[in-house]
Amino acid sequence: MRLPAYLPGTVVTAAIVVAGALLMALLNLLPASFPLHVPDFAVSLTAKYLSYALLALAVDLVWGFAGILTLGHAAFFALGGYAMGMYLMREIGTRGVYANADLPDFMVFLSWTHLPWYWYGFSFFPFALLMALLVPGALAAGFGALTFRSRVSGVYLSIITQALTYALMLAFFRNDMGFGGNNGLTDFKDILGADLHAPLTHAVLLLVTALSVAGALLLTRAVLAGRFGRLLTAVRDAENRTRFLGYRPEHAKLLVWVLSALIAGLGGALYVIQVGIINPGEFAPGNSIEAVIWVAVGGRGTLSGAVLGAVLVNLGKTLFTGLLPELWLYALGALFILTTLFLPRGLMGLRRAPEAAAIAGEPAPVTPEMAVPEDAS
Amino acid sequence: MSTPSLLYLDNVTVSFDGFRALNELSLLLVPGEMRAIIGPNGAGKTTMMDVITGKTRPDKGDVLFHNTIDLTRLDEPSIARLGIGRKFQKPTVFEQLSVRDNLLLSLAGHRRPFGVLFARQTGEERDRIEGILRTTRLGQHADRLAGALSHGQKQWLEIGMLLGQEPELLLVDEPVAGMTDAETAQTADLLRDINRTRSVVVVEHDMEFVRALGVGVTVLHEGSVLAEGSLDDVSRDPSVIEVYLGR
Ligand SMILES: Nc1ncnc2c1ncn2[C@@H]1O[C@H](COP(=O)(O)OP(=O)(O)OP(=O)(O)O)[C@@H](O)[C@H]1O
Ligand SMILES: [Mg+2]
Repeated sequence: MRLPAYLPGTVVTAAIVVAGALLMALLNLLPASFPLHVPDFAVSLTAKYLSYALLALAVDLVWGFAGILTLGHAAFFALGGYAMGMYLMREIGTRGVYANADLPDFMVFLSWTHLPWYWYGFSFFPFALLMALLVPGALAAGFGALTFRSRVSGVYLSIITQALTYALMLAFFRNDMGFGGNNGLTDFKDILGADLHAPLTHAVLLLVTALSVAGALLLTRAVLAGRFGRLLTAVRDAENRTRFLGYRPEHAKLLVWVLSALIAGLGGALYVIQVGIINPGEFAPGNSIEAVIWVAVGGRGTLSGAVLGAVLVNLGKTLFTGLLPELWLYALGALFILTTLFLPRGLMGLRRAPEAAAIAGEPAPVTPEMAVPEDAS
Repeated sequence: MSTPSLLYLDNVTVSFDGFRALNELSLLLVPGEMRAIIGPNGAGKTTMMDVITGKTRPDKGDVLFHNTIDLTRLDEPSIARLGIGRKFQKPTVFEQLSVRDNLLLSLAGHRRPFGVLFARQTGEERDRIEGILRTTRLGQHADRLAGALSHGQKQWLEIGMLLGQEPELLLVDEPVAGMTDAETAQTADLLRDINRTRSVVVVEHDMEFVRALGVGVTVLHEGSVLAEGSLDDVSRDPSVIEVYLGR
């Protein structure tokens, strides 16, 4: 089956991400006196951008291809992050301030006497990794089943996703939730025995993250390339019409929504390893909106654009906040408006084949109205 | 009941804010039949199709498929899977997909998400699509986006999608709107051809087209049946003349 016109380049992007990360990691291993040496901070920053790229891919999958404008995807990202953070917390062992082998520091501080049941198993990395996928996946499944079945869509759905992440943020702020409250989880020492402060660990993490991005790109491409991708396009543009062909659009949306949450969860897990902290601020509504902007800037509904947007906008953020930190939000807002006005197909739109662009009303303008399915009648 | 019935609407009433779009409408379709439904604007023709396909729930009355299945209890996908296909009055195709992909999605078969996810196009499916492209004369347009088709071509594509579903009963709402006379005649031929193996309910304002179909006609007016019979019979009926000319 012919690939939809807007997906080419995915394999190339995946290859570039992996090759670039490999090159950076190798150059990082050179002695610092070499001119081509890549400093450690650049390695960790790139890895962080790539973990954001996973979040962006997750957003693009549902927004670009199923028309679900999510404003709450950071919730899945943060949950994945907390699951990994719990493992890293348990990994500290007796090296914490209170040197308590059974309880993380913040629990000792709260005078808790034993580990809550939901912390069981998180000493094991494979379990934590599984939970970093399963918890966001399960939340997405429950949330999607309820909202898609009741045919909530468009702006209303966007608002509910925003409420979801906000509610989680408030919950995680509470100390009695058992996730470190305000401070979250931090002071991690090592992962699988490897020192989290060693440059080599970060070089390996960069590679692992790059491979994850490449894997997610290829997986989403495979999901979208076939008949299911066409069904999603149909659902995105005329959801009700698909019902009269015998499809249940809510099921198709649920499938892609859960897959998207898994990818976001993985991104969050990798993110926490890189940055060494996870706190309720990761659930902040603004984070989810930023992720949507990355996708809009890169090019909605193109997969590669999501990766490109996440990396470039965050690189911009790093540079900008170094110079004019208080102006970053304005710059981001301006970027979104300018993209919407002048580059409705994002940066990827610049390389679109002319004949495809010429077809009237062709895909995925970034404006949210597109998220409202047209009524078939 | 001894007469075999494919579709039986029994005293169906639909009101919108007190206004009765369908008013105790009863209608019987026997297997293999093609029926033309005519009636002035707002008579309730489209609403009747909405009720049959599960889009609108009636306030009162039953809609029985094959005498036993009560369609008013089912939702749209279930009814579609039972074998009732529908072409909308305003042609509704998937504009961002190619003509070929529109047909692919319509093909009977995979409907569950995981089934669709792992579906690989079979040679048989390819042949079905080629066949429908020939029937609907959309062969040269197969790889164009459906959104780029003319109004008439979209009508044909939607009829093609109906064929792809292989339904037992086709509900066709104003299929020739926006078509040239030649295309209209071709559509009549196509529907007669389809009717050799399937039952059809067709709503149309174009009397030349209805005449060309040469089938039984039901006249709807204000949500009820005003007259039934051949086109000649109903067009001689004083109450029908009154409704069509008297306003
Ligand atoms: N969802 C709705 N809400 C309110 N009124 C409606 C709705 N759907 C239809 N109606 C009204 O019900 C009546 C019947 O409409 P319907 O579309 O069934 O007519 P029709 O016979 O198909 O007409 P036409 O030939 O113009 O297509 C009209 O007066 C219409 O305004
Ligand atoms: Mg109508």
